[in-house]
Amino acid sequence: MPEFVTEHRLNILLALILLGGPLVAHFADEPFLVTLATRATILALAGVGLNIALGLGGLVSFGHAAFFGVGGYAVGILASHHQTYEPLMTSPFVINGTNQMLVLWLVAVLVSGLAALVIGALSLRTSGVYFIMITLAFAQMIYYFAISWPAYGGEDGLSIYVRNAFPGLNTLRPLDFFLLCYAVLIVVLLAQWKMTGARFGMALQAVRQNEGRVAALGLSPYRIKLAAFVISGMVTGLAGALYADLNRFVSPTMMSWHLSGEIMVFIILGGVARLFGPVVGACLFVLFEHAFGSVTEHWQFFLGAALLAVVLFARGGFIGLVAGRVRHD
Amino acid sequence: MTVALFLEQILNGLQLGVMLFLMAAGLTLIFGVMGLINLAHGSLFMVGGFVCAAVAAWTGSFWIGLVASLAAAAALGALVEIIVIRRLYDRDHLDQVLATFALVLMFSEGVRFVFGSFPLYLDPPAFLSGPVTLPGGMLYPAYRLAIIIAGLAVAAGLGLLISRTRLGMQIRAGEADREMIAALGVDIRFLYTVVFALGAALAGFAGALIGAIQSVQIGMGEPVLILAFVVIVIGGIGSIRGALVAALIVGLVDTLGRFLLPTLLANVMEASAARGVGSAIASMLIYLLMAVVLVFKPKGLFPANA
Amino acid sequence: MTEPVLELSGLSKSFGALKVTDAVDLDLRPGEIHALIGPNGAGKSSLIKLVAGELAADAGSIRFDGREISDLDQIERARLGLTRTFQVSSLIPEFSARGNVMFAAQARRKSIFGFFRQVSRDRELIDEAMEALDRVGLSGRAAVRVSELSHGEKRLLEIAMALAMRPRIFLMDEPMAGLGQEGSAKLIGFLDKLRTQAPILLIEHDMDAVFQLADRISVLVSGKIIARGTADEIRNHPEVRTAYLGEDAA
Repeated sequence: MPEFVTEHRLNILLALILLGGPLVAHFADEPFLVTLATRATILALAGVGLNIALGLGGLVSFGHAAFFGVGGYAVGILASHHQTYEPLMTSPFVINGTNQMLVLWLVAVLVSGLAALVIGALSLRTSGVYFIMITLAFAQMIYYFAISWPAYGGEDGLSIYVRNAFPGLNTLRPLDFFLLCYAVLIVVLLAQWKMTGARFGMALQAVRQNEGRVAALGLSPYRIKLAAFVISGMVTGLAGALYADLNRFVSPTMMSWHLSGEIMVFIILGGVARLFGPVVGACLFVLFEHAFGSVTEHWQFFLGAALLAVVLFARGGFIGLVAGRVRHD
Repeated sequence: MTVALFLEQILNGLQLGVMLFLMAAGLTLIFGVMGLINLAHGSLFMVGGFVCAAVAAWTGSFWIGLVASLAAAAALGALVEIIVIRRLYDRDHLDQVLATFALVLMFSEGVRFVFGSFPLYLDPPAFLSGPVTLPGGMLYPAYRLAIIIAGLAVAAGLGLLISRTRLGMQIRAGEADREMIAALGVDIRFLYTVVFALGAALAGFAGALIGAIQSVQIGMGEPVLILAFVVIVIGGIGSIRGALVAALIVGLVDTLGRFLLPTLLANVMEASAARGVGSAIASMLIYLLMAVVLVFKPKGLFPANA
Repeated sequence: MTEPVLELSGLSKSFGALKVTDAVDLDLRPGEIHALIGPNGAGKSSLIKLVAGELAADAGSIRFDGREISDLDQIERARLGLTRTFQVSSLIPEFSARGNVMFAAQARRKSIFGFFRQVSRDRELIDEAMEALDRVGLSGRAAVRVSELSHGEKRLLEIAMALAMRPRIFLMDEPMAGLGQEGSAKLIGFLDKLRTQAPILLIEHDMDAVFQLADRISVLVSGKIIARGTADEIRNHPEVRTAYLGEDAA
């Protein structure tokens, strides 16, 4: 394993590739590839969210699609009210729809954080395989709720006719929207990097490794895990908000358990607990889907086979293969 | 709302309950003995449905189809255990979840490749295809009643198997202490394969039975799998008795909720709104039940080893 | 006589039919080392767990600083200043030695929600950690990952973490276990001075250590205290000799 490939340098290289690829595609007049990269970027962000709970905190949540969907629906619902000029509610005070992304993101983050707080508060009373099943079940509950709640499209979903606006950008141009999503991803990654090395990150990693010791030191593992779960849900919810604008459409599919599984797959493909693990994983996933999807309709079979091979034989994921073991202080 | 209608819903609830039990029993056994969480359990349910429908269509006999589906699910279960699952017992839950999720993707596409994307249909055997008259003069589909009876019979058989047989003794020993069964001279690898195949057969059996009520299609096992998880969480993981009680509770609550809530809400709001709100809440009811159980009994109603 | 810091009375705990703690009365006074000895399975570790709040007592009271703490959980008790060390080292394996002690110093500040300031540049935590490591003689190994430390070093790191908690009382569960003769001798010297900082409730198998260090010794057999006294009194106590020391000497 070459010594000079530190994870840090690899991360910078990966960030540059993810930026450079779409720029080249844009100037080569391939807007579809720019949109593909946008999709990868947004899915990466969803994975980054899950990685905070799963990678740093060891919380194997199989329900993160719920937060992704809740974030998406927050955007879809507010945007649809903006389109119809009907207020969301009129009493006790008036809430109007909006098409301003900054406002929409804030709402998406808050609502998905709230969902994560409720689901986390209940599921973190348990651990291990219970936790997996319960997060999966609660996500399914929200999924069924979205399907059977007729006000916002039910099973058919909800269209956003015009992509929402961001000051100073023309979000309808693929490159502008990509750069916006990319900037969000980088900002969140920087924040996560800082957080990992700060007191909260230490507490969270300590809880993953030895929960009993953390309790014996007088810190509450439950509170630490719940905080991580909420932050994690917020980031994935933000990704859902961007995804809604990417597709200009939200539907219960965003919350299906397959998507929860796929978000988890990004992490394992890239490398669990690696800062850029979900980024690499989401890019590999999107490339895989694009490459195999055009060859065979059964591409998910090969995705399954590839995933199985990674789980059984290459547990460090891509970054583990290239950069070797993580070094900690 | 008549009493007969209400009774019919109760029977429907029981029928859903025994289906869930067949799924949850296998899952909870596999977790109890091998410590494995298996997402691919729903795929075995689906395979059971497909094999039964295909073989029944080919031979013209539901019964041959049912036997074939049991055999196919058990054989596939054993095969998957030997090739993949076995490597996962020592891994953490994350690896187990991901590997069995990979199996779900492979099974779904594999079945699509073999059987195509269109749903298959399966007719119940002729003598069960009509209604039966229950005491009180109520008519109820004979096939659904047969499912309830078959499910309860399997539950009783499973109870006997675990409490009375040598295999059952080994399973109980395995749940209590994995080191101990090795000391008893049991071939653990073989035992694990058998337990996994048994769980798979139960899932395949459920899939075959349900195939004559719903259409047989890709992904049919997944909603059932997640409901079975809810059953396990409520019943307590590793407990067959807990799985039975919780499965019946979940089946009844879900069915009666969907039936009663829109009607009840219609008393307080306008009918179409009541239907919408009622069905939305009804779809969440069992998960809310799970939440309540979690608050008061985080280890489920019948915690194992207690 | 000074007021005890910790006072157990009538403390009982059963697992099914097995009484692991049977109406135990025990106190810990400022400045003392109170040793708890007894044969394997006597319930010593269970008693520590009851005091630390890892187990809930069936009956009896635990008073700390004159305040009843039976209803507090483990976390709340640790926050009051009851700090325990573990019989089997319980550390954060992927952190360095210094990282572990820094985390203990962070825990003493009850600080979780720091999101930006890097602990690697947190002078306060680093200085405190290095001071604690220095006191147990581990400063040279500060940057080594826990998983690469020797058994003896891990034992000392347990103590350093406890020091960084600056507790009101120490609950030590066999700190000498597996230290070897030289290591034990050093640790005995260290604990001897430590008692002035905070009193120690000490479980220890190493009888030499106990007789050298303890101001008082309580002997626990089958969950019951059968004798209590100074080192000399215990050494010559007939019941103790038959129930415990005799067995040990055989």
